[in-house]
Amino acid sequence: MHYIDPHIHMVCRTTDDYQRMAYMGCVAVSEPAFWAGFDRACAASFHDYFRQITEFEPKRAAQYGIQHYSWLCINAKEAENVSLSREVISIIPEFLDRPNVLGLGEVGLNKNTRNEAIVLGEHLALAARTNEVVLVHTPHLRDKYKGTRMIIDMIADEPAITPERVIIDHTEEHTVGLALDAGHWAGLTLYPITKCTPARAADIIERFGTDRIWVNSAADWGPSTPDVVPAFIQEMRLRGHPEQLIRKVVYENPIAFFSQCSRWRFTPPDAATTAAKP
Amino acid sequence: MPPIPMDAEAVLDRYFLEMRSKVLDLGAALDRIERADGAERVRQDERMKQLQDGIGILVDGGGDRATRIHMIFADEYEPDWPRPPKDRQ
Repeated sequence: MHYIDPHIHMVCRTTDDYQRMAYMGCVAVSEPAFWAGFDRACAASFHDYFRQITEFEPKRAAQYGIQHYSWLCINAKEAENVSLSREVISIIPEFLDRPNVLGLGEVGLNKNTRNEAIVLGEHLALAARTNEVVLVHTPHLRDKYKGTRMIIDMIADEPAITPERVIIDHTEEHTVGLALDAGHWAGLTLYPITKCTPARAADIIERFGTDRIWVNSAADWGPSTPDVVPAFIQEMRLRGHPEQLIRKVVYENPIAFFSQCSRWRFTPPDAATTAAKP
Repeated sequence: MPPIPMDAEAVLDRYFLEMRSKVLDLGAALDRIERADGAERVRQDERMKQLQDGIGILVDGGGDRATRIHMIFADEYEPDWPRPPKDRQ
């Protein structure tokens, strides 16, 4: 089955991962800007990073038949430095017309601090002014419930951003309903230990349905793996769910969300195959 | 909502060994804490209380266990939290 991993940090992954993902049926990825594992010294570092995810990664992915898209922001961990964050936000517009850019992300909160909220608010204001789609990171562990509710409050305070143009990512059992009830999309991140497992994601689909929801690996430089979306597909199949239902979650839903971005261009693999036939 | 296509016995058959393994892991980890120096002190640790409350939910017979367990480990949300100033640009 063809699938899309709509949240993965390919700058951290090897080309072997691209190869394996292509073997497993991955046809597209989207890569939100995030924390590099250390705090960057200046806005120029982010300028280079944005070039990496808008110029280099699309080319690397294309070598394996994978279409690569990206999102731009300064992440919540580095948002504690408000002056640096403002410098980074000021350079984002220069990249917004690049063909693989889908919007702003992964903006959000990490420890639910005031500085993080200030910077999230300024990202949301930029998204409102430029009519960008937004991909939101929610905090980990004990901070998640409170942070998710704070984020939803802040989006509601920005009326120019309609709820369906925002995906609240890294939701789990206690937060997925908050995102969906507010009219947003919800992402389920499949991670060892700290987030959701393929089985729990299947449980959530069975309880909350298949509308406005996707699953992703968020694979990065930490304990994570890019094969979890296929693991979710297998889990759903072994439970007896129909192929069309699974395809909606892992393929059609990411396309539906991405399609809200005016720059979104996608070549379906089926179309490429059809076109190749005599 | 897409209902789970398996009946309860099939679910138990499929997940029993995994569930057994996780219960054993939890028991062994609690034993490990008890065997280590300072076990008395750790019994008062808030995290031990959270674990006990979570284990309580597993056996209380109520539904929505995963959500309720999450909430044991979650910070409280205050609806009137102080919002940041709006767009400075």
